[in-house]
Amino acid sequence: MTTQIREPAAEAAPNRSKKIPKNPKPPRYKNTWRKAWKRDWQLYTLVIVPLLFFLVFRYLPMLGNVIAFRRFVPGGSIYGESWVGLRYVKLFISDPNFWEVFGNTLALGALTLLFCFPLPIVLALLLNEIRSRYFKRFVQTVSYLPHFLSIVIVAGMVMQLTSLEGTVNQIVGAFGGDKISFIQEPGWFRTIYVSSEVWQTVGWGTILYLAALTTIDSQLYEAARIDGANRWQQTWHVTLPGIRPTMITLLILNIGTFMAVGFEKVLLLYNPLTYPTADVVSTYLYRVGLVSNNFSYAAAIGLFESIIGLALVLSANAISRRTVGTSLW
Amino acid sequence: MVTTDPTQLMERMAKPAAPRRTSLDDSRGYRIFRVVNVVVLLGVVAVTLYPFVNIVAQSFSSELYIRTGQVNLWPRGFNLDTYKLVAADPVFWNSYLNTVIYTVTATAISIVLTTIYAYVLSKHRLKGRNLLIGIAVFTMFFNGGLIPNYVLVNGLGMTNTIWAIVLPNAISVFNLLVMKAFFESLPAELEEAAAIDGLNTYGILLKIVLPLSKAVLATMILFYAVANWNSWFQAFIYLDRSELFPVTVYLRNMIAGASSVTAVGAVESNALAISANIKAVTMVLTVLPIVVVYPFIQRYFVSGVMLGAVKQ
Repeated sequence: MTTQIREPAAEAAPNRSKKIPKNPKPPRYKNTWRKAWKRDWQLYTLVIVPLLFFLVFRYLPMLGNVIAFRRFVPGGSIYGESWVGLRYVKLFISDPNFWEVFGNTLALGALTLLFCFPLPIVLALLLNEIRSRYFKRFVQTVSYLPHFLSIVIVAGMVMQLTSLEGTVNQIVGAFGGDKISFIQEPGWFRTIYVSSEVWQTVGWGTILYLAALTTIDSQLYEAARIDGANRWQQTWHVTLPGIRPTMITLLILNIGTFMAVGFEKVLLLYNPLTYPTADVVSTYLYRVGLVSNNFSYAAAIGLFESIIGLALVLSANAISRRTVGTSLW
Repeated sequence: MVTTDPTQLMERMAKPAAPRRTSLDDSRGYRIFRVVNVVVLLGVVAVTLYPFVNIVAQSFSSELYIRTGQVNLWPRGFNLDTYKLVAADPVFWNSYLNTVIYTVTATAISIVLTTIYAYVLSKHRLKGRNLLIGIAVFTMFFNGGLIPNYVLVNGLGMTNTIWAIVLPNAISVFNLLVMKAFFESLPAELEEAAAIDGLNTYGILLKIVLPLSKAVLATMILFYAVANWNSWFQAFIYLDRSELFPVTVYLRNMIAGASSVTAVGAVESNALAISANIKAVTMVLTVLPIVVVYPFIQRYFVSGVMLGAVKQ
């Protein structure tokens, strides 16, 4: 049964292009969905429940964004009560708080990208130069570990380490400095955030690079050496080009999450004292929406954030496709 | 060809790039580099492990030493009192039990839904397949956002029920694509033979495909289980009865409480130190299951990530 079905599917295109000039048969097209249903109804019925998941929990909320343009009353319809046009959009555009958190988001996103994108590459290259398999695996195993921790644990550790009696302040004290309440200093928030992000993500980030490194043809190194390339030149001219597709893919993905910068981590680490640097768009809309119950206003901000996120991915993808020929799809 | 055996993948990645490393062409500069490299990587290991060591040390220390900032690598004033204190707290164990219940339920639901959808997507002959893939993949790059999701879950009456935790994130598109890649790598002849033997689609999935997919199923179960064990935000916004809290929310409230004490000032520093103690123990107990199983599950995660990276 299945064998017979598969073959026409695989060769459908060439067959059709040969036949159509001779004998065009429009009814075939009308019947294809019915045919597909007859053949694969079991697959179609199977897909209903997971498809419902996507429609209800992913696509309904997308439609739910209309409350950004409607007056929403808690407890009322999830799509709001009456149209208010661009009122909430105008509201946040003229809200100085919004622009402050927008700037914070850009700063935090840029810093995260600046450190969390290149460091895994460096670590992977260093690991690649290790000859002892056991040492290499040991470093890999340890460096992956933070990835498996709950963000709550990470935040807890950060707070313990940076507290007045924590290790960081002891080191500061050992060098004769004054103790700093890091977690309450706006000037330190970005450092703390990015460091913890590096701690948690860099080891795990090496996996795809290490995998890509194993696929580089050793003959390329051979050839480079015959041409007189030293180790550094081999790395620059053979290794890095070899992992370039991986680098670009991960860069695009990183850029896509730029706007959503570690919402949960910021929410756990910030406090009113550090709002001037720590408050980002997602935490601001969280407070506006879920704490102060201005749902429509927060939804307008959230929609704006999602659209920027989508635009970032699409443009990063388009740029990389044009310039280096690598893209996500 | 996709390698799905995690052991094999780990081997390949741990393997030094041997052919180009003959000691003959080692310049002096390169030998120095190798020593520096080992030192740097040992530093990476030390920095990675330090926070764990510090938390464990604090969990066994007496509060006096923590408060005066003397606990770093090793417990000071060794005692088990804090562990006893936390272990005697029914609220803590209740949260722990909640976490277990949520994790098991959510993982079961996620696995079933993900497997079904991935299996259907792996059938290239299926009309509308690209649409089904598009529906899933688009949500990776665009989502409704916090507020509409919250309004929806509220509107469905799921607040303060387990469903608010286990349903809204049931399918991870990344995991879905991993499974799809795996199913596509299975030889089509097997399923064709089963179809000739008279099995229908459900039979093929249950009796032929799933038994062949144990490795990838294990990987997926671990992916979901760890994510659910660690999650807190869903519970944080959708649950407000404390007897429903998972342990992550319990811990989060503890941390938030401590930081508000810090904000009040030095007067409360005694309360803070006790809290630091208990916090350390709670953190250790929450992390423990993950750290204990981590060495055994790590390779499945690595292979899962690499399967996901295979270009769709």
